[in-house]
Amino acid sequence: MTFAVVAEELRKRYGDTEALAGFDLTVPEGTVHGLLGPNGAGKSTAVRILTTLLRADSGRAEVAGLDVATRGPEVRHRIGLVGQNAALDEILNGRQNLEMFGRLHHLGARQARARAADLLEQFALTDAENKPVGQYSGGMRRRLDLAAGMILMPAVLFLDEPTTGLDPRARAEVWESVRALVTTGTTVLLTTQYLEEADQLAGRVSVIDSGRTIANGTPDELKGMIGGDRIDLTLRDPRDMPAAAAALARVSTAEPHLDPDTRRISAPVRQRITALTEVVRALNEAAVTAEDIAVRRPTLDEVFLHLTGTAGTPQNPPRPDHHSHNGTEEAA
Amino acid sequence: MTTPVPPIPRTPAARLRWALADGWTVTRRDLTHWRHRPGDVAVALLFPVLMVLMFGYLLGGGIAVPGGGDYREFLMPGMFAMTMLFGIETTFAAVATDAARGVTDRFRSLPMAPSAVVTGRATADMTHSTLGLAVMIGCGLAVGWRSHGDAGDTLLAIALLLLLRLAFLWIGIYLGLLARGPESLAAVQILVWPVGFLSNAFVPTATMPAWLGTLAEWNPLSSTVTAVRALFGNPGTGDSWIAQHALPMAVAWPALLIAIFFPLSVRCYRRLDR
Ligand SMILES: Nc1ncnc2c1ncn2[C@@H]1O[C@H](COP(=O)(O)OP(=O)(O)OP(=O)(O)O)[C@@H](O)[C@H]1O
Ligand SMILES: [Mg+2]
Repeated sequence: MTFAVVAEELRKRYGDTEALAGFDLTVPEGTVHGLLGPNGAGKSTAVRILTTLLRADSGRAEVAGLDVATRGPEVRHRIGLVGQNAALDEILNGRQNLEMFGRLHHLGARQARARAADLLEQFALTDAENKPVGQYSGGMRRRLDLAAGMILMPAVLFLDEPTTGLDPRARAEVWESVRALVTTGTTVLLTTQYLEEADQLAGRVSVIDSGRTIANGTPDELKGMIGGDRIDLTLRDPRDMPAAAAALARVSTAEPHLDPDTRRISAPVRQRITALTEVVRALNEAAVTAEDIAVRRPTLDEVFLHLTGTAGTPQNPPRPDHHSHNGTEEAA
Repeated sequence: MTTPVPPIPRTPAARLRWALADGWTVTRRDLTHWRHRPGDVAVALLFPVLMVLMFGYLLGGGIAVPGGGDYREFLMPGMFAMTMLFGIETTFAAVATDAARGVTDRFRSLPMAPSAVVTGRATADMTHSTLGLAVMIGCGLAVGWRSHGDAGDTLLAIALLLLLRLAFLWIGIYLGLLARGPESLAAVQILVWPVGFLSNAFVPTATMPAWLGTLAEWNPLSSTVTAVRALFGNPGTGDSWIAQHALPMAVAWPALLIAIFFPLSVRCYRRLDR
């Protein structure tokens, strides 16, 4: 197996902050790899080193078989980068932006124009092509930014939090574009704070915290580590709590967690649909009325809590309903 | 839909062609900005004209030119140099905006010639300032200023002014890369004024307290202004040592500034450690 991206023991320090503290990563060619981590984990720093924008203090990294520290120009011929913030000319319109980046990729004038038109259509921006980017919405900017990263078919495409700030529809469109690109053989490394996004796109995921890779695996393996999907059940009457907990316990892989204040019970399950049907049937039998019942993926916070025993960074605190999900309780 | 894959330049000639083409693409981007924002360009071009009217007619009456002579004849070379100085703001704003928006980083991640970002910027800004200088010369002619030098001297004076602008270009690029965002433009705008007033652009240094006058004479701006006054045959050139050597100093100062700020800018642009 050949690797499109290899990072070994990367270290990068900013003053007192150790942004990367021995970061390792391998991404096989032609796959989508997710880099999952909370704010400040070091995702962008890793991407900036891999795309030759930043030099590591120590360690080694290769992209498309080329050392990023010594063969930058060649690396830049083979990569596409969509940074965390939209990097666009606000005064130019959408078409002019894409044409400019096309020409800087050394497409001829005609080819650059044609490619811009293709991409505008692919990203549903044709209607806005003559509007200055300064007047675009956040989602439109993000789409144009992605288009600019896909002007050429790069061997390796880096996407730094590509869908942060997008509405669900725009997010789905971005996912679609990434999938289409992968069928052409491009390797994608994407960073994200959402396990769901990694789940949708990535074959494998590395979890990064405080500049270090703390877990690797497929999205299912990661979720498996904390007991798969979860069922959240909200009751109308708090006196039903014990009965409902018993019903949930029949399908869950760990002790259900009860929160009397919010009348909520939460438990990890393996087979989401089967489990849901079971629970509903059991509740009916016990004549318990549920106000709300939902199956959801574990959140990054929960994966984190499990992997590190901490809640990541202060900027990314667990939501109140996740407070008591500690590692031992959730171990499958 | 097929995604094109471009060739990689292998020979020095091909690399040079790419560098020129990329530089032109970046320049064209700025020229397109002008088309989209004609108001900004007009304000930048007309602001110095407003200053000529203000100093030439409102404030200038009280200023005596040493050795006699018309104040507006004295003022115009100063205003030409001020127009070059204001160019720092244009360069700074453009560079800082790109750096803050991540456009600079995107450029740096592209397979384009690294020099193009800078050559493109330089071409656009020098074009802008040349235009600004042309407007100011027109304005000067309208308020009674003349070049009394021959064609060669006149052209040399214009060349010296543009050389000063080139030096300011590198200061603008360096400050723009150093700043964390275009918000600091106000600081640069404010800083431009003491540099302008602490020179012989508006008032003869002889009217200043001795120590301030000396400081003003050693301001790089003053050497260009004096040299240009001499070449145009305008009054008020002064007779201190530095004023008598204004012509070589008008070359030496910009050369020194470029020698300092060019390498600093290049290092800052590569910014490999932050
Ligand atoms: N230019 C810089 N100067 C100083 N510190 C920095 C700089 N860039 C990043 N850091 C610090 O390095 C650490 C890692 O930052 P990085 O941007 O890589 O995190 P991230 O995982 O991308 O976070 P986010 O999800 O918020 O984008 C953080 O603590 C951050 O404050
Ligand atoms: Mg980041």
